[in-house]
Amino acid sequence: MADSSAKPDNRAGDHGPARLEVSDVTKSFGAVAAVQGVSFPLFPGEAHALVGENGAGKSTIVKMLAGVHRPDTGTLRVDGADVEFAGPADAKAAGIAVIYQEPTLFPDLSVAENIAMGNQPLTRLRQIDRKVMTENAEALFRRLGVHLDPSRPARGLSIADQQLVEIAKALSAEARVLIMDEPTAALSAVEVERLFSVVRSLRDEGAAIMFISHRFEEITALCERVTIMRDGKHVTTELVAELSVDDMIRKMVGRDLSALFPKQDVEPGEVLLEVEGLSREGVFRDITFQVRSGEIVALAGLVGAGRSEVMQAVFGVDPYDSGVVKIGGRKLKGGSPRAAMAAGAALVPEDRRQQGLVMDLSIERNVTLPRARKLARLGLLFGGSERQSALTWTEKLQTKLGRLSDAVGTLSGGNQQKVVLAKWLATGPRLLIVDEPTRGIDVGTKAEVHRLLSSLASDGLAVVMVSSELPEVLGMADRVIVLREGKIAAELTRAEATEESVMYAAMGQKVSA
Amino acid sequence: MTTSTLGAPAPGRRFPGGLLKTRELGIVLALAVLIAYTAIDNPRFLSGQSIRDNLLNTAILAVMAAGQAVVVITRNIDLSVGSVLAISAFTVATMMSDNPGLPMIVAILAGIAVGAVAGLVNGVLVRYGKVPALVVTLGTMYIFRGLVYSWAGGQQVNADELPPHFLSFANDNLLGIPWLVLIALIVVGGVSLMMRNYRIGREMYAIGSSPDAAELAGIKVARNLIVAFILSGAAAGLAGVLFAARFGTVDASAGTGYELNVVAAVVVGGVAVFGGSGSVWGAGLGALLLTVISSALAVLDINQFWQQAIVGSLIILAICADRLVAVRIARSLRKRDAHV
Repeated sequence: MADSSAKPDNRAGDHGPARLEVSDVTKSFGAVAAVQGVSFPLFPGEAHALVGENGAGKSTIVKMLAGVHRPDTGTLRVDGADVEFAGPADAKAAGIAVIYQEPTLFPDLSVAENIAMGNQPLTRLRQIDRKVMTENAEALFRRLGVHLDPSRPARGLSIADQQLVEIAKALSAEARVLIMDEPTAALSAVEVERLFSVVRSLRDEGAAIMFISHRFEEITALCERVTIMRDGKHVTTELVAELSVDDMIRKMVGRDLSALFPKQDVEPGEVLLEVEGLSREGVFRDITFQVRSGEIVALAGLVGAGRSEVMQAVFGVDPYDSGVVKIGGRKLKGGSPRAAMAAGAALVPEDRRQQGLVMDLSIERNVTLPRARKLARLGLLFGGSERQSALTWTEKLQTKLGRLSDAVGTLSGGNQQKVVLAKWLATGPRLLIVDEPTRGIDVGTKAEVHRLLSSLASDGLAVVMVSSELPEVLGMADRVIVLREGKIAAELTRAEATEESVMYAAMGQKVSA
Repeated sequence: MTTSTLGAPAPGRRFPGGLLKTRELGIVLALAVLIAYTAIDNPRFLSGQSIRDNLLNTAILAVMAAGQAVVVITRNIDLSVGSVLAISAFTVATMMSDNPGLPMIVAILAGIAVGAVAGLVNGVLVRYGKVPALVVTLGTMYIFRGLVYSWAGGQQVNADELPPHFLSFANDNLLGIPWLVLIALIVVGGVSLMMRNYRIGREMYAIGSSPDAAELAGIKVARNLIVAFILSGAAAGLAGVLFAARFGTVDASAGTGYELNVVAAVVVGGVAVFGGSGSVWGAGLGALLLTVISSALAVLDINQFWQQAIVGSLIILAICADRLVAVRIARSLRKRDAHV
């Protein structure tokens, strides 16, 4: 490996020819132009961010580079030579490795096999040399500084570990271009830092990196250059150092986002949710708080502080050992989501893929799922009433969709989130619990979700929001409850809540000033 | 399946590469108990002739199970194998009765070729017709069966029309091992080796484990799927030749209903119905277990009708065991991760 200290400091300013070049590429699906005339270069030794709202065409670009889709017009060049990928195998052969948002491992195979798949070391009889294969995997993990057992099956690995296996895969294929599509969406801060240190060392060894993320702090921390896309078109490619976050957002959405967190002031009504002394052994202890109608209360804290667990217990998804939950003054039976729903509560879970939506079912069926009984006549569900109700809510939430009968899985992340919201709002709740309402969705949709939550609150809905994003917590919440290690560390009013006060409470330190 | 690390594995402890597979071990234990119980009741169950009969009866099923295991591992299924057996058996029997001079090896190759063509048809329809294998092979099961019926009419090829060397093949030995058993061992061993130690085999596991990821990883999914169906077809074709040689009489209904026995053997043998895990050896053991159960029931003088109920229970047990093992692995891995 080259001595990294010999590298020029101003990497971005001093680069050779592009390792990979996207040149005036266009791709349409049916009548929809997903990508129109986009060009940008990826330089060796440089990390390049690709940003844009959901639906801006980022994923289509990734799939073209991965050999999954072929551009309609325009060319891809590797080291200056035009290439055409007939399939993923060709892209791989050209040294391009892709890490998708959802890891693509084989759960039944061992970690070492996953890394070596398609590229296994062979003995003289052309059999797979398992010993060498395991040693290779061990060597890669040593290089990445991670402790994973190469012979364990991939099933059961955490998302972070799965992503490390994907990176080891890219390394073993000696990838010269590494494309990462939102690799950090499901990672904690520590895991993100570990991932970044690995990616930085790859970059310093001369790989070209393309990084897609919705988190601007990650882009400024990792990338030298950024390409911004909007509605399938190329907006600009610039050095990250020369753009402020505000600039980037403006270019992404094409408008100012002064109204990013438009919480309206509402006079809170009567107490709707009362939680008293709620405890669950080893998870959370002695949680007491109230939420009034018209109020948005945020549950903040570090990942693992027990925020989601508390709200799942309140809603009855998880059990609790002691304590009382009251909705509208009436005590709620524990461990029964049905009882919570009957009392007018709705829970929008964190993981919409696993808990919130049935991906293969149609949009209308998903929206009406929780109250199919009410819509049914004589026990049968008719398409008409389903469609009518789905239409009302998806329109209210401005969901971008083709037909209501399309599978939910075909929608973008932000629109999926809107369908989840529509599904629960259609039940006419008095209390809405949302867990990470804007995780993995783009800035524009985020603002819409915020506006929506705010207007729902002003209509008298009580909202409890679990969120890891501080700006969202500070912008949206009337009150912030900070959890730390399963206990309430602080309850802050809107005026008291600042980035510092919330973080101090979450980390277990006193505000010094 | 690395189920042997279910205890709390210490960090850094290795998952053994499948040396001791609980499922295969379970089948061997079940076999041992069954054989011991039956032999105590009737010692003649362990006589040379009885063992020989059991092995001969297993051979045909095991050959088909080896092919079927490959298909199931890729998250597909081949229901046409019974009909393919019939086509092959009838083709080869007709060929041998018309040309009594042909050597055995020609008969075997002809049967394999017929089966491979049928498998190719299945594979192409599944891959390029984008129709689920269950539907395609259910269709070809009837089509192939219909072909044999229309060709054979009400005719059958009888033992006295077949050349003696063809019929005696089923009873001949090589070094004391019946040819049929030897062929079954070679097929199961060979396919097992392919699935364990060669790239194409591991790619088939990968396809069954996650079809989408396999496409993205640049694996030649189309080629591999078609190869899997050709293997299953060829195995069923070979089984047809063995069937004709063993039973001597072949008509259009030969092998009717075999497909379900084969799938049962594969599932009882520990191949996951949703693909990605299990072994060809396990499928072979599953075939042996099913065969021994039916002969043990006869020896124990238990009504043969119970046999089907027992096979059914075993299938359900096998699938429950898979679920249970998967849940326990997931739990132990989670625990392990939490401590690291």
